[in-house]
Amino acid sequence: MFDTKTYSSEVNQALCDYLLRLADSSLILGHRLSEWCGHGPILEQDIAMSNLALDLIGQARNWYQLAAQQAGLGQTEDDLAYLRDAPQYRNVLLVEQPNGDFGQTVMRQFLFDAYHYYLLQKLGQSADENIAAIAQKSLKEVTYHLKWSSEWVIRLGDGTEESQRRIQTALNNLWEFTGELSKPDQTDEILHAAGLVPDLRKIQADWQNRVLSVLTEATLQIPTRTWMQKGGKEGIHTEHLGYILAEMQFLQRAYPDCEW
Amino acid sequence: MVTDIWQLLENVHDPEIPVLSVVDLGVIRGVVQTDDGVEVKITPTYSGCPAMNTIAQDIRQCLENAGFAPVKVNMVLSPAWTTDWLSERGKQKLLEYGIAPPVEPLASSKALFGAEPQVSCPQCQSTHTTMLSLFGSTACKALYRCEDCLEPFDYFKCLR
Repeated sequence: MFDTKTYSSEVNQALCDYLLRLADSSLILGHRLSEWCGHGPILEQDIAMSNLALDLIGQARNWYQLAAQQAGLGQTEDDLAYLRDAPQYRNVLLVEQPNGDFGQTVMRQFLFDAYHYYLLQKLGQSADENIAAIAQKSLKEVTYHLKWSSEWVIRLGDGTEESQRRIQTALNNLWEFTGELSKPDQTDEILHAAGLVPDLRKIQADWQNRVLSVLTEATLQIPTRTWMQKGGKEGIHTEHLGYILAEMQFLQRAYPDCEW
Repeated sequence: MVTDIWQLLENVHDPEIPVLSVVDLGVIRGVVQTDDGVEVKITPTYSGCPAMNTIAQDIRQCLENAGFAPVKVNMVLSPAWTTDWLSERGKQKLLEYGIAPPVEPLASSKALFGAEPQVSCPQCQSTHTTMLSLFGSTACKALYRCEDCLEPFDYFKCLR
């Protein structure tokens, strides 16, 4: 599907790792959202979360296909999604956190969408045509995701006492997982130097503006705690990821190479 | 010959909105005929659109039935599909089918969320409508209700 470019082995290795980060974050969040299917608080929002899940899983497929081709090891998107174990997954910790109540799902979605939106906007200008194409396509969908989650954060935050209590609790619980979103590591640095991906520090500024503006309108208290979790991008996960994979990969593990 | 293929593709329909052909939908990005067969390039409306596999299969079958072989259907992502690729005829067909076609968003004071479209009811044409949900029965639609005739309806949302 893609005409891939050839890079030095250092850049290519970093690129394959980076593509997995993008793919894994979308897949895991998509899987989490799909857990709501049939359990949403009202029909319209049940359908909305399934739609978000569908977009994210579609985006993940595109990133996996590109990652597989770029690695040149003869793997397919399915090998990458179904046959890697938790330490090989590169998603950010935020997306693997449990759904909790609707407030927690909405807050997790909002914190991720705001990051995802600005990241895709910049990746759309990547010097790599394939990255730019997938990012430009995904951004159109994520614009709707961010609109949806922002509206719900405001509605629940500036809502009843109970809805505010719940979404404030969600914000307090999830805040420590937002640090790694925009903290660059060696992979980010190598690829940024090659002109393929943006400087994450710039995204941090946009993310913060957006998040603070919505949380303020939602009358929520911004957590003052500054200590942040990290590790997802290097494969060190919270205990939740293993359970997600156990469910998601069951069929391929029980019936290897099964297709339908 | 390539024009014959485009003509044939008018008979391949979107499985989720059968009133639209894949040509009306604007997902055909190119038709190339060589001595080795036919290549049709298609682009997805949404990244996760589950109809794409069926569409690719239907295109292959339609062209093979007409004597073209082998037929290859390849996916391209760039330039990304927007609702501007929907043909005018396609928009008219949507309206007749009961789905409000995409409209240009109007500038709005709710700057945080961008502009809001003014969607007309496909049944009674009233502009007195309310969005029930940004996400509807398929990825490309939102759910609305007409406040005059009270009918709920699908809106094919504007993608830019």
